[in-house]
Amino acid sequence: MALRILSLVLLIAIWQVAAMLAASRVLPEPGAVVAVMLREAHSGALFFNLGITLARVIVSFGLAMVFGTLFGIAMGRNETFDRLGDPWLVVLLNLPALVIIVLAYIWMGLTDAAAILAVALNKLPNATVVIREGARSLDAGLEEMASVFAMPWSTRVKHVLLPQLAPYIAAATRTGLSIVWKIVLVVELLGRSNGVGFEIGTAFQLFDISLLLAYALPFVGIMLAIEAFIVQPFEHHVSRWRPKAA
Amino acid sequence: MSLAGGQRQLDIKITRKAFRTASGELREVLRDFSLVLDAGKIHALVGPSGYGKTTLLRIIIGLDRDFEGQVSLPPDTKIGMVFQEPRLLPWRNVRDNLRLVAPEAAEADLSRIAADLGIGEHLNYFPGELSLGLARRVALARAFAVEPNLLVLDEPFVSLDRPLAMRLGDELVTLVERKKLTTLLVTHDLDEAIRLADHIMLLGGRPAKIIADFNISCPRATMTAEHAAELKAEIGAIMAGASA
Repeated sequence: MALRILSLVLLIAIWQVAAMLAASRVLPEPGAVVAVMLREAHSGALFFNLGITLARVIVSFGLAMVFGTLFGIAMGRNETFDRLGDPWLVVLLNLPALVIIVLAYIWMGLTDAAAILAVALNKLPNATVVIREGARSLDAGLEEMASVFAMPWSTRVKHVLLPQLAPYIAAATRTGLSIVWKIVLVVELLGRSNGVGFEIGTAFQLFDISLLLAYALPFVGIMLAIEAFIVQPFEHHVSRWRPKAA
Repeated sequence: MSLAGGQRQLDIKITRKAFRTASGELREVLRDFSLVLDAGKIHALVGPSGYGKTTLLRIIIGLDRDFEGQVSLPPDTKIGMVFQEPRLLPWRNVRDNLRLVAPEAAEADLSRIAADLGIGEHLNYFPGELSLGLARRVALARAFAVEPNLLVLDEPFVSLDRPLAMRLGDELVTLVERKKLTTLLVTHDLDEAIRLADHIMLLGGRPAKIIADFNISCPRATMTAEHAAELKAEIGAIMAGASA
């Protein structure tokens, strides 16, 4: 932990020195960025935009995970579904994010629904592929056990199926969150009038690097916090049964 | 539960069960096979590996429906199953593994079953923390937890050392006798079958059929080593004759 903090401090120090040497408007000092951050926080704009972007991340990520899990299970368990779905998956996986975003905005208008759908569609194939891998490696023995002992569906899903998929869900969550929030910024830049992506777009037009960093850095912080305080504890919780190495 | 001690029998008639092998040919495992299980008795099905014992079990417990024939279990049959491997849920502790198959069982009943099988101290352990012997005890406890009226065991003591296998076998018999459970034990170990069963069926031939059928007349408690040896010799001769 101490090393990690030291490493961060070092990064900021390098930034500070570089900014002093460059003495240019396009590389502000850390202090200047913090000042802009405080100004934006004071006006409430920072929290509003962070909040709205976070909401878009959560909704689109949630949609992608729920449908990715359903499709992944269906395709992992059933060969017909797998054959039917696989070409779609390949198409979606190889369609550039930008194409999906532009198409969604053209077809559905510059709305939040279009923005969220576009992000979810970008993440969906990824989640499906990971969960499908998990569904393929399900333990048939446990399923037979559940069936012989006539476990009800809810019990099977909660105690037999999901615990086996948990590592795959955690993996999809980890890669998914980082992909989703990056795409959300692009979506906001292209077609929304608020959110971190929109503010970054404004900063780009004004060549205001302090404003750009004042929005980008807190959001990176939020995503790191989600990873540290939600994703990792979840992983820890679902793997608590694994025997620990002595 | 009183029904299990009644006159009900389980009738299994399998006209044909075949697999398609990897090379595409059809291989018959069972043909014109029938089996009757008397209520309240321990039946041992003995035969070498690869003679369809597990296939037969899977048909009886309803995991394999791809066969011609009929398995008539009474409609309210509750099966307690012990697989060859313990098949516990590794992410749930022992208590939850019992609880999940028997959501309505009283806590006291589960504790008593656990205590009977010597895992009372291990209820909060995860299966990964148990030895194989203990895991098999949990699998047995789970089968009893559902208050079954048909107990099916597929090589439940395989890969345990001999003394442990014998002790667990004795505990199993005690519980089964107390509850008068109809039991089907599949094993390749003739000694185990002689020691535990009321009734022994020898499986052999391809497609498999029952080549001999014994009632063990003397009660388990009075079984002597000599008597067991005689029986074993007698059965061994039949098996040797069948495979010749």
